[in-house]
Amino acid sequence: MAATLAAEPITGGFSFENCRRNASLEKMGIKPPTAYKTGTTIAGVVFKDGVVLGADTRATEDTVVADKNCSKIHYIAPNIYCCGAGTAADTEMTTNMISSQIELHRLNTGRTPRVCTANRLLKQFLFRYHGYISAALVLGGVDTTGSYLYSIHPHGSTDKLPYVTMGSGSLAAMAVFEDGFKAEMEKEKAMKLVRDAIAAGIFNDLGSGSNVDLCIITKDKVEYLRPYDEANLKGVRQGNYRYKKGTTAVLKKEVVKSMFEVVKTQVKTTKPESMDTT
Amino acid sequence: MAIAGEDFSVIASDTRLSQGFSIHSRDLPKTYKLSNSTVLGACGFHGDVLTLTKVINARLKIYENEHHKKMSTTAIAAMLSTMLYYRRFFPYYVYNIVAGLDDEGKGCVFSFDPVGSYERESYRAGGSASSMLQPLLDNQIGFKNQQGVERLPLSKDKVVNLVKDVFISASERDIYTGDGIIINIITKDGVQEERFPLRRD
Repeated sequence: MAATLAAEPITGGFSFENCRRNASLEKMGIKPPTAYKTGTTIAGVVFKDGVVLGADTRATEDTVVADKNCSKIHYIAPNIYCCGAGTAADTEMTTNMISSQIELHRLNTGRTPRVCTANRLLKQFLFRYHGYISAALVLGGVDTTGSYLYSIHPHGSTDKLPYVTMGSGSLAAMAVFEDGFKAEMEKEKAMKLVRDAIAAGIFNDLGSGSNVDLCIITKDKVEYLRPYDEANLKGVRQGNYRYKKGTTAVLKKEVVKSMFEVVKTQVKTTKPESMDTT
Repeated sequence: MAIAGEDFSVIASDTRLSQGFSIHSRDLPKTYKLSNSTVLGACGFHGDVLTLTKVINARLKIYENEHHKKMSTTAIAAMLSTMLYYRRFFPYYVYNIVAGLDDEGKGCVFSFDPVGSYERESYRAGGSASSMLQPLLDNQIGFKNQQGVERLPLSKDKVVNLVKDVFISASERDIYTGDGIIINIITKDGVQEERFPLRRD
């Protein structure tokens, strides 16, 4: 089947087929394509009963906003979620692949997956590609041993910390965390802190914008709030820009009668239904 | 961006100054009043913008003292062109738009490239979001790609509203546009200023 469609490899993994060709094209002065980047603010904190993850919702392609409401908090397992910054495709595919491996692991072992397992899988995967997979992640979750939060860098290094930020707005967000973080916070306090951190990124970093998404993971509940907060209200149009009928030029008119061949005729008797009078 | 009307012209800019991914200022208009009937819009490298406006203002004073009259908008545009071409091989990194009233009192807009090529137009968008704004102006003011519409000259209020809407749209998609706008309305009575807020992310 696969052979009839295209010569896709059946082994999995990446294709490096055009590596040399593209290198020589680049030498000739042809620009390589630009990918969507989620020039992002993502953040997370550990609080008394679990973890709060937060993200903005802007995706950019160079200086143009490509998506005004994209989702950056990815599902890993029912008790583990992961925020992604960097190339949109990389964060999406990486979290998807690890999510799938975690699910298989869960079925094999029959246990709730642990956050450290997801962390190890992600770091080993990213390390294999020497940072060429540009995914900067904030991994958070609650398992049988406690609540955990990790930051994972594109090259594969990880940190286990009580509060982390990533992406181009990470400095703005970290400034808010450094100011307001306290150990063992209440849920509402933690949510407010993460919201403020993401909002700082949205307003002070041009790569981040639009709304705030939050994901609160506790021992027996996950709340995925999207959008949690609209940091900016959209401007209201002053004028009306509807065109009058006939504004678009008609270049050509043609009426074609389509011909059908009668392949089969069938006459069926149906039972008369009583009329619906409700 | 700037739009010329029958007996007025409008020039507006947003008020964000940025570098890379960070915002330097949320309240820095990029329009500069040169006289009672001329306003300059300048963007690009801010250091050059400051130097250029300083030199222009000095030249205007010299002209005023020598000729005992204010320089006209068309003359300012011609002067700016020679000033830019003087730096042909080490140019000011500035994109300019001059808006005002001409000698007959009609609205006029002149757009420039950084090395002094210029042209009189009836509307123009410049800066980072210009490639998004210009097609919209072509359609709404130039009536491009519209059939059977009355080409009525735009009223002042309508132009001001259009300017606001155009900037609202630009701030949605261009990361360098936002915070607020300053609209300069130039009539025979002078320059009137209006402010309007934009999204701040």
